[in-house]
Amino acid sequence: MRGPPLLRRGARAGLGLLLPLVLAVGWEIAVATGAASGRLLPPPSRIGATLWDLAASGDLRMHVEATLIRVGLGFLCGAAAGILAGALVATIPALRWLIDPSLQALRAVPSLAWVPLFILWFGILETPKVLLIAVGVFFPVYVAVSGAIASVDRKLVEVGRIFRLSRLALARRILLPAVLPATLVGLRTGLGLGFLFVVAAELMGASEGLGYLLVDGQQFSKPDQIMAAIIAFALAGKLADMALIALTLPLTRWQDTARESL
Amino acid sequence: MSVGQGRAKRAEPRPASRSGTHATLGQGTPVLLVDDLSKTYADGTRALDGIGLSVQQGEIVALIGGSGCGKTTLLRLIAGLDQASRGVVQVDGAAIREPHPRVGVVFQEPRLLPWLDVAGNVGFGLAGLTRAERRARVAHALERIGLSEHGGRWPRELSGGQQQRVAIARAFVAQPRVLLLDEPFSALDAFTRKGLHEQLLDLWAESKPTIVIVTHDVGEAVTLADRVVVMRPRPGRLDETVAIGLSRPRDPVAATYEEAVRRVLAALDRSLRPAAASRPPAPETRAAWW
Ligand SMILES: Nc1ncnc2c1ncn2[C@@H]1O[C@H](COP(=O)(O)OP(=O)(O)O)[C@@H](O)[C@H]1O
Ligand SMILES: [Mg+2]
Repeated sequence: MRGPPLLRRGARAGLGLLLPLVLAVGWEIAVATGAASGRLLPPPSRIGATLWDLAASGDLRMHVEATLIRVGLGFLCGAAAGILAGALVATIPALRWLIDPSLQALRAVPSLAWVPLFILWFGILETPKVLLIAVGVFFPVYVAVSGAIASVDRKLVEVGRIFRLSRLALARRILLPAVLPATLVGLRTGLGLGFLFVVAAELMGASEGLGYLLVDGQQFSKPDQIMAAIIAFALAGKLADMALIALTLPLTRWQDTARESL
Repeated sequence: MSVGQGRAKRAEPRPASRSGTHATLGQGTPVLLVDDLSKTYADGTRALDGIGLSVQQGEIVALIGGSGCGKTTLLRLIAGLDQASRGVVQVDGAAIREPHPRVGVVFQEPRLLPWLDVAGNVGFGLAGLTRAERRARVAHALERIGLSEHGGRWPRELSGGQQQRVAIARAFVAQPRVLLLDEPFSALDAFTRKGLHEQLLDLWAESKPTIVIVTHDVGEAVTLADRVVVMRPRPGRLDETVAIGLSRPRDPVAATYEEAVRRVLAALDRSLRPAAASRPPAPETRAAWW
């Protein structure tokens, strides 16, 4: 039940860090001694310096903010639509037969294939970016919610019937808590995809955002800036994921499985 | 409380008239009345055919029989969870078509809500009470089942026996007039089961609800029940009724207890014979012998 002792867990994490650290230090030394030029792959010190400059000038903050706002908006829209559609489809058979086949077909389309169409329809400003992210978030949430509701334990629903819960009370006191864990997993997957898609969205043309830093770095041959943006992406994604878990942890405290897999 | 007949008696062929027989035993109107109850499932399975049963206030009736006799089906119909194909169930004279506030159920599995702690599960069905009243009732029930210390635990942290105790407490706090239990102890070991029998009788003694308990354990039936009703399958029918007629608490090594066990075993044995003297075998039963 319990995780390994703190010490052992720390040792394991340290072991995991060993490889990247050795590689980083090795590369740093290779470039410093002139064994490698470091032109296409700058040494860690230079990437760090670039990151520092971006942060000091306030640019980093601006780019991160732009990206997070896009992901946040797209995530909210996609998640809300996914939860709503999933709940409706799972509870109303007529809607399931009507809508689910189309959604499953749309799901089979790799979402990035929408990019040209979205640009054509909505231009290259914020709308297509947020929409693309929302589409990416929608499907995992939709699948998770509709699946979770469909597989709610009928035996627990019967407990609600025995105590004569109204339909609303049944939904609130039994269905909702029962589908929550799977929904949160869907939301987490959705958030991950949101970060995946914000890159694509910002690559299709943006004047700010971490994706813009990537494009800019490529066009002006600044690999250190590309690396800095990648690191910022990784950190932002990880922090957003951790925030989602922290926000929802109290809701799933009763579960013994979810916690260990975090 | 018990039917005043010491010996096993053969059921009349017409169940409806048998429930009439009970009503004339001089115990007033029954709390639970089942008359001519039949259930055929959508796939054509005849799970119950012409069940008649009448249970008095505070009486404990055990339904016993092999699996597939329709015991669960009967309990679900009484609980209002399923609809009968024919016949009626009445509690205090009111027909049951859906779950009734005064009918409690304990299922074979605890069916605790994993997202509520133990106290939350016990109080789950309590509606229309102030918070303080609720807490008091839950605390009292937890004490009676010996889980006062565990009110804040999650169901998954309890043993199987403890979980089933919580399920029993959840049914009892709603103060049912009729309590239905479907093989509630069948998944538990003999020691745990014995403890739970005592706690069940303890809780029963407080408010004396009418209890119908399904079991396939003869000892359990004799320990708990005033009356043991044997069921036979295909289609499910009530066979003999054995009145236990022992005072409580019951001593499982007393001669009278063993005699009651023998009577139930004998009735079970007779119910397993394909052709009862008073009833020609159903055609499908005979076919099974070829
Ligand atoms: N939902 C159902 N649909 C079809 N047949 C059922 C259903 N539930 C039970 N049965 C059948 O009805 C008969 C009685 O079942 P059940 O009441 O569960 O018996 P018991 O509880 O005595 O084991 C069995 O033959 C069983 O297969
Ligand atoms: Mg059963």
